[in-house]
Amino acid sequence: MSSPASTPGGRKRGRNTNPPTRKFPTCSNLLGQDSSTGDLMPMPTSPATDVLSPAAPQDTSLLSSPRPSVPPNEVDMSSPLMYGTPMRGTPARQRPDLGSVRKAPQVDLHSEPPSTDGAVASESNAGQRLVIWGTDVNVGTCKEKFQRFLQRFVDPTSTEDENAGLDLNEPLYMQKLEEISVVGDPVMNVNCRHVQSFDADLYRQLICYPQEVIPTFDMAVNELFFERFPDSFLEYQIQVRPYNALKTKSMRSLNPEDIDQLITISGMVIRTSQLIPEMQEAFFQCQVCAYSTRVEVDRGRIAEPAVCRHCNTTHSLALIHNRSVFSDKQMIKIQESPEDMPAGQTPHTTIVYAHNDLVDKVQPGDRVNITGIYRAVPMRVNPRQSNVKSVYKTHIDAIHFRKTDEKRLHGLDEEAEQKLFTEDRVQTLKELAAKPDVYERLSSALAPSIYEHEDIKKGILLQLFGGTRKDFSQTGRGNFRAEVNILLCGDPGTSKSQLLQYVYNLVPRGQYTSGKGSSAVGLTAYVMKDPETRQLVLQTGALVLSDNGICCIDEFDKMSDNTRSVLHEVMEQQTLSIAKAGIICQLNARTAVLAAANPVESQWNPKKTTIENIQLPHTLLSRFDLIFLMLDPQDEAYDRRLAHHLVSLYYQTEEQMEEEFLDMAVLKDYIAYARTYINPRLSEEASQALIEAYVDMRKIGSGRGMVSAYPRQLESLIRLAEAHAKVRFSEKVETIDVEEAKRLHREALKQSATDPRTGFVDISILTTGMSATARKRKEEVAQALKKLIQAKGKTPAMKYQQLLDDLRGQSETAITKELFDEALRALADEDYLTVTGKTVRLLA
Amino acid sequence: MPSTHDWINDPFGVVEGMFAASQSDPNSGWEARAVEFFKDRLKEKDAHTLVPSLNDIPMHYLKPNSLVKFRCFIQDMFDPEFYMGVYETVDPATQAKTLRCGKYKDVTECGVDFNSKNTVTAERQTFYCVPIPGENPWVKERYANSSQARVVPSTSYVPSRQKRSYEEDDDMDDMDTQPQKQREAHAGPQSPTEHHGNGDCKRQETEAPSSQTTSASHLDLNFPLPGEKGPSCLVKVYKDWDSFKLNDMLEVYGILSVSPALSALADEKDASSSLVDPTECMETAEEQRVHCPPASLVPRLHMLYAKQLQHNNPLLPSAATSEDNSAFLASTLSEMPSVREELLAYLTHVLLGDALAAEYLILHLISNVYVRRDVLPLGKFTLNMSGCPTVASYTERLYQIIQQLVPSSHYLGMSLQNMNQMRLVPKKDYVANRLVSGALQLAKNTSLYLDETQLEQGQLDTTGVRNVTALGNLISWQKVDYDFNYHQMEFPCNINVLIASEGRSLLPSDCQIHLQTQVAPSHLEEYLSTMHMLSQASSQLNKFRIYLSVARLLDYSISDEVTKSVEDDFVDMRKDDPQSISAEDLHRMLVVARLLSLSQGQTSLSRDSWLRAKHIEALRRSRMEQHKCVNGNEP
Repeated sequence: MSSPASTPGGRKRGRNTNPPTRKFPTCSNLLGQDSSTGDLMPMPTSPATDVLSPAAPQDTSLLSSPRPSVPPNEVDMSSPLMYGTPMRGTPARQRPDLGSVRKAPQVDLHSEPPSTDGAVASESNAGQRLVIWGTDVNVGTCKEKFQRFLQRFVDPTSTEDENAGLDLNEPLYMQKLEEISVVGDPVMNVNCRHVQSFDADLYRQLICYPQEVIPTFDMAVNELFFERFPDSFLEYQIQVRPYNALKTKSMRSLNPEDIDQLITISGMVIRTSQLIPEMQEAFFQCQVCAYSTRVEVDRGRIAEPAVCRHCNTTHSLALIHNRSVFSDKQMIKIQESPEDMPAGQTPHTTIVYAHNDLVDKVQPGDRVNITGIYRAVPMRVNPRQSNVKSVYKTHIDAIHFRKTDEKRLHGLDEEAEQKLFTEDRVQTLKELAAKPDVYERLSSALAPSIYEHEDIKKGILLQLFGGTRKDFSQTGRGNFRAEVNILLCGDPGTSKSQLLQYVYNLVPRGQYTSGKGSSAVGLTAYVMKDPETRQLVLQTGALVLSDNGICCIDEFDKMSDNTRSVLHEVMEQQTLSIAKAGIICQLNARTAVLAAANPVESQWNPKKTTIENIQLPHTLLSRFDLIFLMLDPQDEAYDRRLAHHLVSLYYQTEEQMEEEFLDMAVLKDYIAYARTYINPRLSEEASQALIEAYVDMRKIGSGRGMVSAYPRQLESLIRLAEAHAKVRFSEKVETIDVEEAKRLHREALKQSATDPRTGFVDISILTTGMSATARKRKEEVAQALKKLIQAKGKTPAMKYQQLLDDLRGQSETAITKELFDEALRALADEDYLTVTGKTVRLLA
Repeated sequence: MPSTHDWINDPFGVVEGMFAASQSDPNSGWEARAVEFFKDRLKEKDAHTLVPSLNDIPMHYLKPNSLVKFRCFIQDMFDPEFYMGVYETVDPATQAKTLRCGKYKDVTECGVDFNSKNTVTAERQTFYCVPIPGENPWVKERYANSSQARVVPSTSYVPSRQKRSYEEDDDMDDMDTQPQKQREAHAGPQSPTEHHGNGDCKRQETEAPSSQTTSASHLDLNFPLPGEKGPSCLVKVYKDWDSFKLNDMLEVYGILSVSPALSALADEKDASSSLVDPTECMETAEEQRVHCPPASLVPRLHMLYAKQLQHNNPLLPSAATSEDNSAFLASTLSEMPSVREELLAYLTHVLLGDALAAEYLILHLISNVYVRRDVLPLGKFTLNMSGCPTVASYTERLYQIIQQLVPSSHYLGMSLQNMNQMRLVPKKDYVANRLVSGALQLAKNTSLYLDETQLEQGQLDTTGVRNVTALGNLISWQKVDYDFNYHQMEFPCNINVLIASEGRSLLPSDCQIHLQTQVAPSHLEEYLSTMHMLSQASSQLNKFRIYLSVARLLDYSISDEVTKSVEDDFVDMRKDDPQSISAEDLHRMLVVARLLSLSQGQTSLSRDSWLRAKHIEALRRSRMEQHKCVNGNEP
C-alpha cells in the first residue's frame, strides 16, 4: 500500500497534467449522486488505427505534456447523454473489466477536429452526430440498435444449454431479462454470434471498441429493464457480458493487432492467484480542516490532490484506506490446450485478470473459453531512470468465462460444438464417405506401418467410431454401452503395442497405460489432499480421463487381479463408483477399452483355449466385444508380402508413403465428424437380420448341446453394425452393416473361441472359461476316479501320488495333474472324500 | 558499405542506418534487408569465424551491442512479447522529436513519448537457450580453436584463444586459470548486488557439482544435465519463430545485450511494488527470476540470423551451403572403408578383443532415426552390451572412449540412488512458468550411455519407476513425455542409447550383444592401462570422429533387385524354421544391413552387405543362445 506521500515523482508529474482545479468539482459533484457513474463513460485507449501503440496512453507517469488531442477539460464529461435515465436508485457497479474508470470524450463526426469542440459534447441535441473519440461509435444509435436487438432477436434453432427452458420462438433476450427480474442476478450474457446475425455493423463495433460499446449496451439494457420491470429490485445495475466473439483466437495467433479488441480464446487454467483488492476510488481527507475528497483511480494511478480546496493548505491531504473503494481482482494464468499446439513447441501462457464476481469462477485444470479484452501495458517505469524497457506486458481482462468441460455433465452431444469443420472439410469427408470402399480405405489407413491384420484393423476402426448411444434410463436399465471393447492377444512381437500406440495417438481423448505399471487407483480415481488448500481432492485416473475416448491398456495380462477387477464395472456399466475418504460418487467412464495381452507361456499354445492361454477371468473376457488373436500365420505368401512391406518401410521416402495412404489428419476428422453427427438407427431389415444372426448363433451351439451365444453377443453385434453404418455416414443401419458385423464377430470368435480339442467355435469358453467338451471330460475323469477308489475297497486313506499313477495306468487318455486335481475337487464337492496334503481320505 | 570491423562491433550502426534510410520510403522493407545484409556478410569466406562466440569467450570480454554467435540448444520457449518496434523520443531541451528503432534492443532511449502516433508495436519471441547438453570437451576446444575472433576487451584481456575449463587435460589448466583470476578482479569493484550475482555465476561456472542435486542457488540456469557449464542466454527471435522447435540445435548470430539497466529494473520491482500497480504483484518472484534474470548472468541475444545445426561436429563443414557439403562427403566417402577398418581394430582392442561387439558398436554409433512412420521410429539401434566386466571400472572407461569419438554424450549411472532421485523427464514448473529440464532433454544424436552395472538390488520408489518407464519409452519409441502437470506432452527425440550391463538389461533394446572378452580377468587392469594410451593419437581420433558423423549424414536406398532378394531370403528362412525368425527379426536385420552399408560408405544396399548383415546377426544370435538366461524381463 503506498500512501500518496510516497508517490514517486513520476506520478506527481503525471498529476500536473490534469489541473486539479478543473477536475475536482466534477468528481465530487458526480460522487454526490452516484458512486461510480464513471463506468458508463468509457474512454478509448486507442486511436482507430491499431498499429499505433494503442496501449501507450495508459501510462501517464512519463507523460510530461497533456494528451495532444484531448484537452484536459474534455475529460469533464457531464453530458446528460452519458447518464441515461436514473435507475431508481439502483447503483451501477464499476466494471474494472472494461479498463480503468475514465470518461469518454465525444467528438462531432462532421465538425472540426476534437480540440475545438469542447462545447458540442454537452449539447444533447447534437447527440445524433456524436461519436466517441477515436471510434466510430455513436452512443445513441448504438444504444438504440442494441435495444432493438434485445427486443427482437429470436433464435429458433438454439441448442445452447444456457437457453434451456426458454421459449425459442419468443425474443430470447427479453426472456432473459425476465429471468433477471425473477432471479435478481444482474448479469446478461449475450452471444456475439447472435449480435452478428442481427446487425453486423453493431457486431463489428462491439469487437473493435468493446470498451466503449459494452457500457453503451449496459445503459441500453438497464433502460429497457427498468422500463419493463419498474418495481424489481437489483443489487446493482445489469451488466452485459458478451461471449463467443467470432474472432476466436488460439493463444498462438494473438498479435499486436488484437490489442484492445474483444477476443475469445480457449485454454486451460493453470494457476490462479489469491484475491487482490484493487483500489477504485481513493478517499482523501485534509489533515487541517477535515475536508474530504474522493479521487478515482485513473489508469492505475491516483492523482493525489496537492492543495486542499477548502482551506488551501498544500500537501495536507491524507489517504483514508477504510473509506476508499476497492474491487476484487484475481490473476489467472491460462495455457494453450494441448490439442491446439504445433508439435515440438511448448505451450504459451497468457495472464487473465478476473474482476468482481468472476473471481474464483475457475479452478486450475479447468478448460475454459475466455471472452475479454486484450491489453498491453508498458512495463512499469522506474521514475529514477530515464530509459525504459521496451517491452509491453499483455493480459486479458476477462468479461466472460465459459467452461468447456463442464458441459460434459449435461450430456454427450455437445462435444460436437468443440470441433468445427469447415465446409470444405465436410465436403471432402462426405465425398470420401460416398466411395464404396470407404471401409477398406479407412481400415488400411489405420496404422499403415503395421502389416496386414486387416480384420483387427477393421475391428479397431469400428471401435473408433463406436455404436449409437441409447438411453433406457426411463425403463430402468440406464445407458446401454455404445463403446466397443477389443482385446488383442497373441505372440510377443506381433506389433500389438504399436497398434495401441497408434490408436492412442489418433484419438483426442486417449489414454495409454501399461498393465504392469498401473494400479487400481491409477486407472480409476483417488482421493488426495491438496497440499495448499488442505482439501480433499478427487484425482481421476486413466479410465475416467478417457471418458468418451479410448483407454489403451498394454500388458493386460500382467495386471494384478485387484486392478483388473475395477474394469468389470467400467466395461459394462460404463461408470466408476468411488467410496473413499468421505467422497462417494459415481463417475462416468464411457470409455472403450483396447487391451493387449501376451500368452502366459510367452508363446501362444494352439492346443489351449484363449482362457488357458492368457489366464484372464472369463467374467472380464465376456465383456470384450471382439477378441482377436495376433498370431504368425506362417504361410509363404504372407511372409513375402510382409517382407515387401517391411523392406519398403526402409527405403521409401516420406512422400511416397503419404500418397499411398490417407492422411492421419483426414482420418481423425472423419472419425470426429462421424462420432458427432451420425447417429444410426436400426432399420427394419437390419433388425430382422440381427435376430436371424442371433438365432443362428444359438442354433449352432444347441446342436451339440452347447450354448454358443448370449445376449451380450447380440448387443455386440448391434454395436458393431451401428459402427459400420457410421463409417458409411449412414443414419440407418442396414443389412450390409449387419453382415459385416456378423462376419467380423465370427472372425474374432473363430480365432479366440475355438475349442482346440474339437475345432468348433464354442462361446462358452469365453463365458464360463471352459469349453463344453472340457466340462464333459472333467466329469468323466471324476467318475473314473470314483470307480477306481471304489475298486480299491475299504482303504480309508490313500497316497495322492499313488492314486494319480493308478488312474493314469487305467485311463487310455493322458491325465494331467490339473485334470486329476479337478476330479478330486469334484468328488470332494460330492462329500465323497477329502484331500489333506498328500493324502486322500474317504468320507463315509 | 561499413567495414568488417563495423558490422561485427557495431551492428546497430548498420541496422539504424537502414532504419533511417527507410524513413523516406516506407515500403523499403528495411527489416528484411538488414537481415539479408548480415546473412550475406556471414556467407563470405571464413566470415563467421570472425564473429566471437559466447561459447568460448567469457561474457565480460565481449563488447555489449556487438555481433556474437552462440552454439546452443533451445531448452524452453517463453511467451511472445510485444515491444516498441518504432518509437519517438522527445528531447527535453529542444522538444524536438526523433523516431527511433526499438528492434534488437531491450531498453529504449531517454524521453519516450508514449502518446506518439508513430509508435509501432511489434511482436517477438523469447527462447531460453543453453549450450548443447553433453557436448564433449574436444568439440568445445575445437570450435574455440577455429575461431578467429579478435576480441577487443575493455579490460586487459590478451586475445589468446579462450577455452572452457577442461577437467582431464592438465596443460589446459593454466590457460584457463588466467581469465578466472581476471574475472575475480573484474567482479571486485562492482556494486554489492552485482557482486552477488556475479559470485553466483562464478560458482556455477567453476565448480562442477558432483552431486546430482543442482545447486540450490536461486539462479538455477536449468541445464538439462547436472554439472554442465557455460552461459545460458535469452534469445529474442524476430521472425519465423514457428520454424524452431524445442531441443533444436542452433547457431545464433545476434546482437549481445547485457545492459545493466535490465537487472536494475528487475531489482527495482522487488523494492517498490505497490498496490495500484497490479502487474508487479501478480508475478511471482520465481517467475521474475526466471524470465528476467540479471543480464550479467543470462545475457540477451537479439537474433539476426540462426542456422539449424545438423550436427555439432567441428571437424565437418557446418553445412552452410549444401554444395560444399556434398563435395566434402564425396571426398570422405572413398576413405570410409579404410577408416572403418582402423576404427574396428581400435574398438576391438577397446572391447577386449571382441570384434563382433566392435562391429555392432560402430553400427550403434552411426545409427540415427531417419524417419517416423506414424508412431514407429525407423533407424534407431539401441544396443545392449551385456557381459561387461565389472572390474577396474571398465564401463566408465568405455564411456570415456566413446566420449572421445562422438560430439555429445552423457553418462548415466543407473544406480538405485540415481534412478530414485534424478529428474530425467522435463517438468513444467507453473510457479516459475518454465520448463524445468531433465536429463532426457537432449539434442539429436546425443549418445546416452546407461551404465546398468551400477544397479544393485533394492527398491525403486515412484520416481524410480517413472524414470525407468521414461527410459523404456525413450528406447522403444524415441520419445519423451514431458510432464505438464495437467497433461503430458510427447516430444519426439533422437538419442542413441547404449546400455552396458552384466546380464540382459532390464530395459528394452533393439539389439543385445554379449561381450566375449579375450582377456583374462587377472590381466584386465594391465590391459586397460595400455588401452587408454592409444586414445591420445589425435589425428587418428579426428578421422574416426569425421567418419562417425559423416556416416550418419549419408542417404540410403534399396534397389528393386535387392528388395526382391531380401524378400526371397526372408521367405526361405521362414520356410526352414518359422520360429527362428519373426517380423521383428527382419526389422532388425534391415536396420543392421542399412547401418552396415552406411558404415562402409555405400549409399545403397548391396547383396553382399545384406549377406554380411545376415551373417553377423547369425553370429550374434548364436552367441545369445549360449548366454540365454531368462530373467523375466522379456517383452
